[in-house]
Amino acid sequence: MMLLPVVTRAQQADAGLGVTQRAKAAPVVVASKPFGESYLLAEVFAQLLESRGIAVDRRPGLGATEIAFGALRVDAIDVYPEYTGTGLLVVLRDSLTPAMRADPRAAYARVAERSMEVFGVRWLPPLGFQNTYAIAVRRSLADSLSLRTLSDLTRAGSALTAGFTADFIGRLDGFAGLRSEYGMSFRTVRPLAPAVKYAALAQGAVDVIDGYSTDGLLAKFDLVTLDDDRHFFPPYEAAAALSPSVARERPDVVATLTLLSGRIDEGRMRELNRRVEVDGEAIPVVAASLLADLRLVASPEVISNAPARGGDAGFWRFFWERRAQTSQLAARHLALVLMALFAAVVVGIPLGLALERTRGIAEGVVGALGVLQTIPSIALLAFMIPLLGVGVTPALVALWLYALYPITRNTYSGVRDADPNAVEACEALGATARQRLLWVRLPLAAPVILAGVRTSAVITVGAASLAAFIGAGGLGEPIVAGLALADTRLVLSGAVPAALLAILVDAALAVVERAVSPRHLRRGTPSRP
Amino acid sequence: MVPKRPATVVPSALVLANAHSLLMSLALSARDLHHRYGDVPALDGVSLDVPGGSAVALVGESGSGKTTLLRAFNRMVECASGEVRVGGADVRSLASEALRRRIGYVPQHGGLLPHWTVARNVALVPTLTGVFSADVVRDALALVGLDPARFGDRYPHELSGGQRQRVALARALAARQEAVLLDEPFGALDAISRAESHEAFARVRAERGFTALLVTHDLAEAARLADRVVVMRAGRIEQAGTIAEVRTTPATPYVAELFARAEAAHAALERA
Repeated sequence: MMLLPVVTRAQQADAGLGVTQRAKAAPVVVASKPFGESYLLAEVFAQLLESRGIAVDRRPGLGATEIAFGALRVDAIDVYPEYTGTGLLVVLRDSLTPAMRADPRAAYARVAERSMEVFGVRWLPPLGFQNTYAIAVRRSLADSLSLRTLSDLTRAGSALTAGFTADFIGRLDGFAGLRSEYGMSFRTVRPLAPAVKYAALAQGAVDVIDGYSTDGLLAKFDLVTLDDDRHFFPPYEAAAALSPSVARERPDVVATLTLLSGRIDEGRMRELNRRVEVDGEAIPVVAASLLADLRLVASPEVISNAPARGGDAGFWRFFWERRAQTSQLAARHLALVLMALFAAVVVGIPLGLALERTRGIAEGVVGALGVLQTIPSIALLAFMIPLLGVGVTPALVALWLYALYPITRNTYSGVRDADPNAVEACEALGATARQRLLWVRLPLAAPVILAGVRTSAVITVGAASLAAFIGAGGLGEPIVAGLALADTRLVLSGAVPAALLAILVDAALAVVERAVSPRHLRRGTPSRP
Repeated sequence: MVPKRPATVVPSALVLANAHSLLMSLALSARDLHHRYGDVPALDGVSLDVPGGSAVALVGESGSGKTTLLRAFNRMVECASGEVRVGGADVRSLASEALRRRIGYVPQHGGLLPHWTVARNVALVPTLTGVFSADVVRDALALVGLDPARFGDRYPHELSGGQRQRVALARALAARQEAVLLDEPFGALDAISRAESHEAFARVRAERGFTALLVTHDLAEAARLADRVVVMRAGRIEQAGTIAEVRTTPATPYVAELFARAEAAHAALERA
């Protein structure tokens, strides 16, 4: 199943390791990108659809715009929250006109029209708030230097250290553009991971960071956002983006989600984000309370029952409370690893043997597999989506590709280098090529091959965490969500079991390795007669 | 000590023994062999006859073509031109696996399978030809002077170098091979192991009477183990004959120098 080049909608819905019940109409796949606001809006979409009797399949935390939008336009997912500026600049690679800067509606009109033309993707009218880039400083610094606007910051910049996310530094709608538009420069610009940015600013390690205007953490760390007095940043209005098939065939979904258009203003969104990111309330709870407040759903009793994500509980207690969920995720993680590893063994060992017999091309093929290892996982996953959609199938194929190299390489070199004197003597005494392979070369290469399988297994356990980015689940799920919400405990609740899993898998394979190693290697000290 | 070709009149006990050796030996012959490795000529018009039951040593420096010539007889080297016969049959008319199972082979480092016990190594060719029995292994080990009960279950790395080479010899003979090719079989051994191996080889040959073609650097070894010696140089045969003939009437200055050097080395040892 996993090697099919084209996967139907029904298969994708069933691609989970568990059995999914199929309703009369296929469930609507609701996805998000991997940050807090996107998770929250996706949950709002999902609950609203469910309240109208529409079946939903949740695929939160798809990594990056390329993956989420890529999945949307091939109908692998049906809806996710996206921002007009991103749609314009990242997806359509369009440029911003002065009219669009002046009026966000012009930007929305352009994105909606072009997306429909090019991809058949439909943008519903915006939700009512912008989440644009926001340049933030500590309140104390803003006060002492009288910083109110980006022009003020440009004036004071040469004495300050900035900490920006890596993609913001390079983007034309990010720091690269700020430099040419405002003439802004800093003493130092440090690339920082989103998860540590706020803490670095609060602790004074940097003075300026990039953030999002609706970010809940701005309030938590008592930060001031500076006014974009030259209207440099493009409008980033949030809206629901719909897949071509849902846009065409599901007027019920279109009508339901349109109920949210214009209903969430910037103040409300910042408040909701604060509840999730700062107070640690569970996303489903916050989503339900929003829908109740908007009088779109009338069942507020959910709120009191759902457990809060936060509170002051320590890591171990938090971990203990999540144990059932964690073991489920770990089982799914292990299943992904074992399936990918099994497929890699089934293909890699024969491939290694075939390469050993065609040495002219062997180094080239092994080299190509090695190059595959250097493709960043996110990029590889993004390539998979047009072919395989999202979910388990593309994750398995990507993991399989990563696992293939060490197994193939070790099989090839293990068999090639197996005791040449013994192999030659066997040939000279009349053993056939097949007998030499099965009696001599494979048994002697077995420990080397198994070492390759062990390397693959450990790599795969690690890489399987990234499968969460294309909705395949596993222990990557809490890691991705925890990074998005700056919640260390959530990250650890995925990362610690993943590390233990890697150790366990390696130890189990060490036992197998001992069992297949040639008997003379298992004997104790050689006894000289 | 070295078995002669069967004489016309011999005591009856020897008739039996030599009738056996007569049955169990294959004549080897090569006619006008040419072979090159890339631009390097390895064999440049070589002809050689090894009568059934005799032992011939190929001597000469590295690159002289002696190993290539040896390997032409079990088709480990397919010569570009010329004709190779084993037991009168052109080797190209035989399947190479079938040919190799009839000819024993002992390489320099033994080439034992490190993950197989001594007994299993010795049983290799009988297993391939489907005539394996426990007796075959016992007989072959006893033949080379190794106690089957003591050595059968050991792995090659648990043996000394000399023992390993004797196991390799037992393996080369376990299927009652009628000819054996040996490529510097005792070259890597210390003097004592080498002398013991020489004795074992001579004993085995007296008992089984197979044809032997042996590559060696060591003229003394050639003298001990072979009936005749063939001196090779740059892909050609310089001289062939009994060791006494070649030593006393060297055909070329090279052969003369080869013997002179060997004797000088020996004399240095005597003086010390």
